[in-house]
Amino acid sequence: MSKHDSELAHQFEDMAQQKEAATLGMWAFLITEVLFFGGLFTAYIVFRTEFPAAFASASHHLDVVMGGINTGVLLGSSLTMALAVHAAQEGNRKSTLAFMTFTLVLGLTFLIIKGFEYQHKFADNLFPGANFVSHGAEPGHEQLFFVLYFMMTGVHAAHMIVGILLLLIIMGMTAKGKFTATYHSPVENFGLYWHFVDIVWIFLYPLLYLIDVTGRAQ
Amino acid sequence: MIVPKKIYYRVALALLVLFILTIAVAFVHLGPFNVYIAVTIAVIKATLVVLYFMHVRYHTRLTWIFASAGFLWLIILFVLTLADYATRS
Repeated sequence: MSKHDSELAHQFEDMAQQKEAATLGMWAFLITEVLFFGGLFTAYIVFRTEFPAAFASASHHLDVVMGGINTGVLLGSSLTMALAVHAAQEGNRKSTLAFMTFTLVLGLTFLIIKGFEYQHKFADNLFPGANFVSHGAEPGHEQLFFVLYFMMTGVHAAHMIVGILLLLIIMGMTAKGKFTATYHSPVENFGLYWHFVDIVWIFLYPLLYLIDVTGRAQ
Repeated sequence: MIVPKKIYYRVALALLVLFILTIAVAFVHLGPFNVYIAVTIAVIKATLVVLYFMHVRYHTRLTWIFASAGFLWLIILFVLTLADYATRS
């Protein structure tokens, strides 16, 4: 039995077909993810159109610098993950693990910075609920902005946490030598997931942090 | 096929430039156009990630259809919802 045969599940004709099936399955999952976040983005569009002034004044409470650093951190992690997949395709285990480690560190950095941001929002009584305090003209609608802020960034952060746990599993599998230049679909599919989570943040950053920046009190 | 590393570096550089552009534009007062420009740049960034980092450009047409389907339905979700909200008097 050749090496290829052992990596090929019996229901597939060849490695190419098996690989395409794995990619399509992952994309089918990502479509459900697009629509999962899509509901929140729809709510955002509707309420921002309805209450533009409240969204602007509420957005002024967000930290453009911390959010900006996190945007850069995620961009960097997408590059290191793409390079990890590249190394896996070449069958270079050492390099795959090195780039996955970079990705892991950047992912954790994102969550730590996000944690500090949440801490500041709680300290400033900006978490929606009985203790919410706003000094703006429309406190109710500003609270609505923060409901969306915590839901959207919270669900995104949950995806990051799941991503980090999956990454640790994939790193363990890589270290054990489960992947080769011909079979590494789990690495590629994890890469697709990680890039998807980055894309969500690409939209969240300008939509939440960068509303009416010029109107911020200096 | 294996995408050359050079392409990943170029895409990352393009994403970085677009990110800096997003921030720069936000600090210029353009009224309602600020959000349109920001979303346009975000769509370009997302497209670059999908095509190159997620390899859609190098995959089969079937993968291309799968990837597009999600975004097509997302647009349907937005358009039908706004067809209601945007036309209320």
